[in-house]
Amino acid sequence: MRSGLLSPGLLRDVAFAIAALALLLVLPMAFPAPALRDFLIYFFAYGLLAMSLNLLVGLTGLVSFGHAAYFATGAYAFGLLMQTGRVSIPLAMLAAVGGTALVALVIGAICVRLKEIYFSFITLAFQMFIHSVIVTWVSLTGGDQGLRGGIPRPPILGLDLNDARVLYGACAAVFVLCILAMRQVSQSPFGYTLRMIRDNPARANFLGVDVTAMKLGIFVFAAAMASVGGLILALFVSGAYPEFAFWTTSGEAIFMIMLGGTTIFLGPLVGTLLLQTLNHFVTIYTEHHGLVLGTVILVIVLGLRRGLADVVYDWLQGRRTTRPNTPAGPTPEGAEPAPLPDGALKSRIV
Amino acid sequence: MLRVEHLSKSFGGVCASRDVSIDFPTGSLTAIIGPNGAGKTTFFNLISGHVRPDEGRVVFDGADIVGLSSLEVVRRGMARAFQVASLFPSLTVREALTAAVVSHRRGSARVFTRFPVAAAGRQADEIMDLMGLSPKAKVVSANLSHGDQKLLDIGLALAMDPKMLLLDEPTAGMGPEERWRMIGKVHSLWQVTGMTMLFIEHDMDIVFKIAQTIHVLKYGAVLAQGNPEEIRRNKDVIDAYLGTDHRLSETVGEA
Repeated sequence: MRSGLLSPGLLRDVAFAIAALALLLVLPMAFPAPALRDFLIYFFAYGLLAMSLNLLVGLTGLVSFGHAAYFATGAYAFGLLMQTGRVSIPLAMLAAVGGTALVALVIGAICVRLKEIYFSFITLAFQMFIHSVIVTWVSLTGGDQGLRGGIPRPPILGLDLNDARVLYGACAAVFVLCILAMRQVSQSPFGYTLRMIRDNPARANFLGVDVTAMKLGIFVFAAAMASVGGLILALFVSGAYPEFAFWTTSGEAIFMIMLGGTTIFLGPLVGTLLLQTLNHFVTIYTEHHGLVLGTVILVIVLGLRRGLADVVYDWLQGRRTTRPNTPAGPTPEGAEPAPLPDGALKSRIV
Repeated sequence: MLRVEHLSKSFGGVCASRDVSIDFPTGSLTAIIGPNGAGKTTFFNLISGHVRPDEGRVVFDGADIVGLSSLEVVRRGMARAFQVASLFPSLTVREALTAAVVSHRRGSARVFTRFPVAAAGRQADEIMDLMGLSPKAKVVSANLSHGDQKLLDIGLALAMDPKMLLLDEPTAGMGPEERWRMIGKVHSLWQVTGMTMLFIEHDMDIVFKIAQTIHVLKYGAVLAQGNPEEIRRNKDVIDAYLGTDHRLSETVGEA
């Protein structure tokens, strides 16, 4: 374990994370429009949702249609805890993430036994169940009005989160930490076991892999990471709404993955950025933003047939292989270390 | 090492295995032959825990393993390779073997270390050396040639440090030259590791050349067993493989 902590791969990722965090912190200083900060906080929240969903879809081959359930669970648990006024923000965060993990453990224990489309549908069913609970349990959740009354932001260690810049910085730090955690998991022996399961679960089982337990493990971890996205959003908008748990939120997360790509680790973030930018600008110019979004998605799906990040990555790989004398430098940050195979594999989810 | 007693299994009305009793001593190299549909692969599925027999016992390393899941059977030391190479298409040879070794060492759930773990990687390298896959270490499994895919399939089974290795048609789909190279590798593997090995094979020349003992299956039952010399002379086996016509002509000729 100790040697693993010192491995060059991790050091490289940590260095990249620090650089990314620095960039995220400098960005609003360079362009001090509040709209950019708000945009980025939304990006953090939905980015974590999409990235964690891709741990299931891209890494393990589990297509979950109900991932937003845990996004909402995190948001509501955090909001409710903060409204009691008795817990600090870090404690409420830990409790919300832990609570979501427990919920996911129970739901996942049922879901991961099912395969393919049945898995997708039962995750959707549980999501609608959680959505109904939120809408009908008015005394606790405020029903379809959402969690009202605001979420207080007591200072942590002298940091006043009511200051928009401090709030932004805290969200950015949490976001980068979570991405780093997901990167570590995807590059760990566990992550490679999940790749085996994605490629060939029957053979993985014949090689002594407890497929059900591994799937449950990643299901719970992905749910926990999604809940962090939810609580960032709750903290920012100072409330939580049933739409967080609605199937359209899960659908958006799947769109983000499809737009960005499943094979590159950071692909879903590219998709999140793309979808959000589209959303942002299209709604300014037209009421029919659904129509425009749908068209763009159609063009990408039909034209590229895979995510944008995948296309760019393959293009870079292609350029590298056409120059055979170039030493194989470090792979682009966030990319899979293995070169992508040609032909047959391009169409499949790697 | 492995003893099968009165093993029976039917699928609907088809009897895929009927009252099969075979003993496989420790360190032996045994071949299972038989015409198509004789129940050879079913026999493998029954002993490796993939399919549960209707009747009979499978005693492996002193314990009855009927009813254990294929996962538990693997963990007791019986590994198998498949007729159609069953691989992880998007992983490279080295990644796949290392992941298999990690699984065998119960390290699959580790999240705080980085893949590949050094110790597991070394064992994967040894397996690659043994199977002659070292030059292909960084090739993605889907892009391997057919022969290399079969070698990797066996390599994955070897990552389980098995006491007993089941090979389902190691030479399936290969040209004559490739077959001999493959079976040479299997034979040397047996000599080097001293494992108990059991393989299914169609090519008679190969079987007679390397197997110590041969069991012939037909319609799910054991038709004959013995060393290559005995099997070669066995009338029933000749009938099963060449049909009964040739003997008819023989008897007609005699009459």
